[in-house]
Amino acid sequence: MAKLKILVYPDERLSQVSQLVKAIDNKITSFIFDLEQTLSSFPGCVGIAAPQVGLFERIIIVDVSSRPQHKNHGHLVLVNPVITFSEGNIIGREGCLSVPEYIGKVQRSQKIKVQAKNEVGDDVTYHMEGYEARAVQHEIDHLDGKLFIDSLVGKRNALKKRTDF
Amino acid sequence: MRNWYMLTLVGKDRPGIVAEVSQVLFEAGGNLGEASMARLGGNFTVMLMLQIEPEKDDVENLLKPLGKKLGLFFHIDEIAGNLHHHVEPNFRLSVHGADQAGIVAMVTGVLAGLKFNILNLESDVGGSPKKPIYIMHIEGFADCSHSSLEKSIKPLINDKKIIIHLAPIDTMMG
Repeated sequence: MAKLKILVYPDERLSQVSQLVKAIDNKITSFIFDLEQTLSSFPGCVGIAAPQVGLFERIIIVDVSSRPQHKNHGHLVLVNPVITFSEGNIIGREGCLSVPEYIGKVQRSQKIKVQAKNEVGDDVTYHMEGYEARAVQHEIDHLDGKLFIDSLVGKRNALKKRTDF
Repeated sequence: MRNWYMLTLVGKDRPGIVAEVSQVLFEAGGNLGEASMARLGGNFTVMLMLQIEPEKDDVENLLKPLGKKLGLFFHIDEIAGNLHHHVEPNFRLSVHGADQAGIVAMVTGVLAGLKFNILNLESDVGGSPKKPIYIMHIEGFADCSHSSLEKSIKPLINDKKIIIHLAPIDTMMG
């Protein structure tokens, strides 16, 4: 059991694109356990991606169950996640463990379908919306070397566009 | 330890003001912190945190020629430079209705009674010149429930014929 160190912007490694996980072997299983420990050490944080702790493989964990007011699928480990459908646009507020002390507004798809493998290698598909969909999109961006501050829509646009969070 | 100031600039808007002001401050060794610029009623307005070595009088002297050249009023206050101390809002109110005197005072008066701390406020007058409408967005923090806030603002909606939408703000932390 280990809490892993979070890479913090402007660490250039955060812009590295992560590789597909080839096999969920003992090494990956052990890493997922450590990543879960790391996520749970940050109360209020609902997601984490492997590259945030310096492993550039396509693994994310999302768990929105601490916010029951939002529809969610509980604790999810998604390996090689791919968004295969998206619909609608919505602006919401985001923060990130890798960008301390900054919150910004980001436009995301309102609904998504995500396909992945879970922590034991089974194929999984989820239809998500709103807050949980936002969290998954934020974490998948990390796998592509993107941070939410690359997609900001500015602080003062609430008069122009609808915001929901 | 360098001094922190809040620099306020107001004047007729035109392209290039921010570039000229920031260049002068940069050349004088200044460092900018948080800033908020808005065009209000055709006027250029900005408040910006400035960290710079010289004392207040010297900063004023530095800016005088620029103010004259760009037609800007400016004002400098010494402040505590508390960067990295953000408070996150947990409620948003959108208010609109036929423009009438006192909307801001009425709404914010109710909020103040609940110790609602306004962190961001934007307002605009739209509609036609004959029938203006007032639109205001408020984001802030209050240590109270959604329902108690809703209950407190309800009389305003009924009495003043304004619409107030209250929504929780839930920031996604990933």
